[in-house]
Amino acid sequence: MEITVDKLKKSRAFLCLECGKCTAVCPISSFNNSYSPRRMVAEGLFYGANGLISDPLLWSCLTCQLCSQRCPVDVKYSEYIRDIRAVAYSQGSWGNPSHGGAMHHIMEMAASPKLKQDRTGWIDKDLKVKSRGDLLYFVGCLPYYQDFFAKDFDFSPISIARDTVKIFNYLGIEPVILDNERCCGHDLYWLGQFGQFDELGRLNMKEIEQTGAKTVVTACPECALTLKQLYRERLGPVSFEVKHISEFVAENIDKFKFNDLDMEITFQDPCRLGRYMGVYDQPRETMLSIPGIKMHEMSHNRRGAICCGTTNWMNCDATSKQIQHHRLAEAKATGAQTLVTACPKCQIHFRCSECGEESEKVDIELTDFVNIIASALKG
Amino acid sequence: MTRKTSKAPKKKTEFVPNIVVFACNWCSYAGADTAGVNRIQHSPNFRIIRTMCSGRVTPGFVLKALKLGADGVLVSGCHFGDCHYIFGNYRAVEQFDKTKALVKTLGLDEKRVRLEWVSAAEGPRWAEVIDEFVGQIAALGPSPLNHQPKSKE
Repeated sequence: MEITVDKLKKSRAFLCLECGKCTAVCPISSFNNSYSPRRMVAEGLFYGANGLISDPLLWSCLTCQLCSQRCPVDVKYSEYIRDIRAVAYSQGSWGNPSHGGAMHHIMEMAASPKLKQDRTGWIDKDLKVKSRGDLLYFVGCLPYYQDFFAKDFDFSPISIARDTVKIFNYLGIEPVILDNERCCGHDLYWLGQFGQFDELGRLNMKEIEQTGAKTVVTACPECALTLKQLYRERLGPVSFEVKHISEFVAENIDKFKFNDLDMEITFQDPCRLGRYMGVYDQPRETMLSIPGIKMHEMSHNRRGAICCGTTNWMNCDATSKQIQHHRLAEAKATGAQTLVTACPKCQIHFRCSECGEESEKVDIELTDFVNIIASALKG
Repeated sequence: MTRKTSKAPKKKTEFVPNIVVFACNWCSYAGADTAGVNRIQHSPNFRIIRTMCSGRVTPGFVLKALKLGADGVLVSGCHFGDCHYIFGNYRAVEQFDKTKALVKTLGLDEKRVRLEWVSAAEGPRWAEVIDEFVGQIAALGPSPLNHQPKSKE
């Protein structure tokens, strides 16, 4: 496998003006001056992908799209990096995975058709779900995060799944939940592992189609992006509509009645929800319709929001920690007590950066969009 | 691996478990040595990977072994209080709890992973643990992620 001219054309890398705006805004470059998106593009174009394949920094890109947002000629840097990673992966080179690669092993194991997971243990009697219907809730990796992170970080990722079902039940909807739902494959896609990604996509699409679901709602922006755009791109048309939970709540906002919640919050735009899918207003509007909530915007917000520091569970290092620390400090500086995110991974990464020395903590509360909505539901 | 081959190819699906053992350098690896030096008969179906401490064996290690088709994974370290690094085996317990939970969520039987303490002097105990674990895995059958052909002549 080699990087082809076609692929370079598709990511528009040929058009690079070498203006360096990408490097100026890149969160990684701000803290690690040996990393530069401009240099990555220039090197790839002058010398081919071979030099980049052995570069460990190839795996550092957050694919957060902040650079593409500023690029005057719209070079799709994330796609450029993804294609080079695909070549690198096919030649046996790989990055430095966090958590000993446990997450990647889980994703790759999920691509095995024979696997029958036991992932619905969190559904208790209070939650009403069914096995066939119009609306499907795609849980994502939350049961695994519960096993892996709950003890270390003193928070419950699975509460996001429970609260999402509570929101559906509040509207009288019983969502479909798949017994053997696979990982969506988002991370494998951005790491260039297309073979396994396609396998996961096919398995998931088959499972979803069997339930007869017309709408798929998910509380994870990465799952939403994958189901909505990436499956279509790799595997052809899908038979269902995909929404993030914030879009779903915004559409049905008239049907909700909220209690007062006396909170001052700020919102972290997840890269996939914001820059990739263009959902900026829905989470803000729905949270502001809860009486008592005051919203403070960070100076980097919406299109300019800064990433939570790690993507694809890859190359998490001192730079990632610095990005996280600065982002949390920015949130704290707004005067808000709580930082709300709409992505479980953002929360995990921020909580991880708060695990260090007591004196280095930013000390801001973290919660998910879904938890806020569910805690405000009346009756 | 020496195994008696039957004359006729009657059993096509004879299952030979593949087991990966993570043994700590200071106790369990030496325990396996003791078992060998004392010529204690035990099942040959395992491969040892030596780690400096059982506390180093994170879920990633065990999951990778399972991903690559291991039917069972045994993590073995020093008894509490005997750890060369004082508290390494307490870390091993923390890591193993996570591993076990993940293995359960993945839908693999929890019995496929096991944590044991074997000291350097406990050769017979090593043989006992291995035999018992091999028996347990043989009863469970091949892992759903085992990509190797089931029959071995």
